[in-house]
Amino acid sequence: MKDFARLFTELDETNKTNEKVSVLKNYFISVPDEDKIHTLAIFTGRKPKRQINSTLMKLWAMEVSSIPQWLFEESYQVVGDLGETIALLFPDTDVTNDKPLSEWIAEINSLGLMTEEGRKQWLIDSWNIMNRQERFVFNKILTGSFRVGVSQNLIIKALAEISGLDAATLTHRIMGNWDPASFSFYDLMQEQDASDDASRPYPFCLAYAIQETSDKQKTAEEIGEHLGDPQLWQAEWKWDGFRAQAIHRGGKIFIWTRGEDLATDKFPELHSFLFDLPEGTVLDGEAICFSEGQPLPFNVLQTRIGRKNLTKKILAESPMVFIAYDCLEFAGDDIRSMPLKHRRSVLEKLHQHSSYSGIFRLSPVINFKSWQELYELRLTSRENYAEGFMLKKLDSVYQTGRKRGDWWKWKVDPLSVDAVMVYAQKGHGRRADLYTDYTFAVWDGDKLVPFAKAYSGLTDKEIKQVDYFVKRNTLEKFGPVRTVKPQLVFEIGFEGINRSTRHKSGVALRFPRILRWRQDKKMEDADTIETLRSMLDA
Amino acid sequence: MARPLLQFNDNGIYCAAGDFYIDPWKPVDDAVITHAHSDHARWGNKRYLAHDLSREVMKYRLGDIRLETIGYNETIFKNGVKISFHPAGHVIGSSQVRVEHKGNIWVVSGDYKLEDDGVCTPFEPVKCHTFISECTFGMPVYKWKPPTEVHDDINNWWRTNASEGKTSVIAGYSLGKAQRILQHLDLSIGKVFLHGVIANTHGALLRNGIHLQEATRITSDLGRDQTKGGMVICPPSALGSPWMKRFHPYSFGYCSGWMTLRGAKRRRAADRGFVLSDHADWDGLIQAIDATECECVSLTHGYTASFTRYLSELGYDAHEAHTYYGGDEGVEEDSVLEESVINASEGEDV
Ligand SMILES: [Zn+2]
Ligand SMILES: [Zn+2]
Repeated sequence: MKDFARLFTELDETNKTNEKVSVLKNYFISVPDEDKIHTLAIFTGRKPKRQINSTLMKLWAMEVSSIPQWLFEESYQVVGDLGETIALLFPDTDVTNDKPLSEWIAEINSLGLMTEEGRKQWLIDSWNIMNRQERFVFNKILTGSFRVGVSQNLIIKALAEISGLDAATLTHRIMGNWDPASFSFYDLMQEQDASDDASRPYPFCLAYAIQETSDKQKTAEEIGEHLGDPQLWQAEWKWDGFRAQAIHRGGKIFIWTRGEDLATDKFPELHSFLFDLPEGTVLDGEAICFSEGQPLPFNVLQTRIGRKNLTKKILAESPMVFIAYDCLEFAGDDIRSMPLKHRRSVLEKLHQHSSYSGIFRLSPVINFKSWQELYELRLTSRENYAEGFMLKKLDSVYQTGRKRGDWWKWKVDPLSVDAVMVYAQKGHGRRADLYTDYTFAVWDGDKLVPFAKAYSGLTDKEIKQVDYFVKRNTLEKFGPVRTVKPQLVFEIGFEGINRSTRHKSGVALRFPRILRWRQDKKMEDADTIETLRSMLDA
Repeated sequence: MARPLLQFNDNGIYCAAGDFYIDPWKPVDDAVITHAHSDHARWGNKRYLAHDLSREVMKYRLGDIRLETIGYNETIFKNGVKISFHPAGHVIGSSQVRVEHKGNIWVVSGDYKLEDDGVCTPFEPVKCHTFISECTFGMPVYKWKPPTEVHDDINNWWRTNASEGKTSVIAGYSLGKAQRILQHLDLSIGKVFLHGVIANTHGALLRNGIHLQEATRITSDLGRDQTKGGMVICPPSALGSPWMKRFHPYSFGYCSGWMTLRGAKRRRAADRGFVLSDHADWDGLIQAIDATECECVSLTHGYTASFTRYLSELGYDAHEAHTYYGGDEGVEEDSVLEESVINASEGEDV
């Protein structure tokens, strides 16, 4: 745990990518393999099962702390994080321990067999042999609220550099349903894939946006200069649903979202068509609400996703289909390295043989002879319930992650990011008593950096809801500004982006506005500063 | 019942028997000043009484004032009220003010800390009946590490930055933190540079006979390569200002007791947060109050409500006092946050 706590501190103390990678490499080189795989599991969201809930943890910490209960509660208010509060309030001792992370995790996993009294004693004894930083990290693991300041990409980069395996292979291997009890670091590092996880998805291939601003639209000629002969490209509408990967393997089906959440149960309408696909098939597509031959607005899907129980009524109001873009695996073979043209023909064949063509739909390929023709067609995106086009090179392989060159999104509303509200301020005039002006932040590691302020874009009803939230979730007040508990996610659109040394985020936006409130997203899903920076280079 | 020896009124802490104020926040005739921080030593009083070592800084900050100074443990009478100054260990010249009248003893702590910082005269407890204490960090989550550990951390951070060709920029309040940082820097690592505001305060302290390690004032003709790998000490307000650009590439460190909390560290957007404070931590406050053997205690700046309640439960006759203090680690912090809000809000113009 010592090494792991130190790793956490060191990652916390730098926001520079190359320093984080070198911190990770040093850690991975110095700890035993069991710790490596456990670290990887924790960093990729595969936390041990929660054995002690935070209510009990708080109760027990109060019992052993030397301060009255009310003062414990007030300290918690000041700190804002239970794990950290306990770490700070627990009396420091001189006792230390050298138990590796893997042993701690094993102990945590065996807690289920213990009585409550036994768990309590174990927890207090554990706190006793840790320093503040270890206690903090330990509490975070225990309560399952662990967030690290590194993206998966950085961990992959560090592992790739020390192992010599390529990043794409590693990215694929750490996806899916593995856990450190059955998947070892040795398995991960094999030349040949050693996994037998039927659910494992492929890393999504992502597209960069063709940048433009409303005052500087890219003309058809400019697009042509960049992309070359239109004959070499495939154009599809960019649908506004949930990007998903659908898998039929080993007699089972799995549906993964872009955020690597297994969401099979959320989409019952898609199950039959998936079972009907040949064994060993993986499709990339969009799960989208669809009725009478047309996609339904995004908020229909959003409402549905927010519901715990999918009642008959909801299923009837928001019927779901799968618009397929691509085929990644056919007859159990990974075909990602085949050209798109080939993969598309495989997809079309699968579709032809499917008896569920109403649910399993093909993303139509748009016929166009010239970029000018496509340019004009793009202006009708909204009428076609799309956000613009996806442009894919016909000979392109299915890449891992975001790679420049082969895939582009050409949106009608091109520049946007998902951001977390961090400050709120009251409005003017008729909205003087409502919090209507918000400051938004994106992730920089595990920190939120403010980058834009926006006023407009929400309905009156939404403003009231956000105002209600702000008033009940204020962390600090500074004059008219309130620091708000980071939680709400909004899609922020803007007209342009420039480098700026004046702003902490390093970027300055032109005319930022709220496109919509993303109630379907958690703050973890917000974009990162890298996303904004990548828009600078384009 | 007799009138209390010291009372809080609209102007500050008032001694009716002696007709003077301690650290008044509105202009008065006679002001007794615990220390030279701007929330305690304000402009506009007719006459000032302060410690000898506050003299030059107060003159630099407040201009041509009528100032009388005395040393620690010396005694002065005002209308029959006995006044003496005792080390508070907060910053150079900082004092607790002891007031005695008809056998009744009160002590105003000003700001204080218990650790010896190697720069100012260490805190000495003073026995009294009533103690007016600050409690900036009056929450049990605030517990300082031994300062030597923090100074080692700062030097190690500097060494690493220097070896990577980066300049270290460290922020701390110009009276107190700046000297404390400077005095514990390992000058074998490189040269130290001071922001103008800090250099001015240093000049004043030198005039007051204080010895400080060598450091160079930053001026516009100082070239980029001269500061490279060095340590720059600046006030918190310099954070994010164009002034910082000249040190690129640099690593930015922030010294404050608030750095205890991860959230505070994140909001500050510092590369490194050092938990270093010139105020007493939780244990320090309780220890200091206990050492006065007082019966009654009044609490100023900080978590006054919770701390008052806690002391009451310990058996003290404790009261919350409403003051306008909270200048150094209290308010500066907030203004930095405001700045970051404003910076973010300017996002639309380039
Ligand atoms: Zn002070
Ligand atoms: Zn103060």
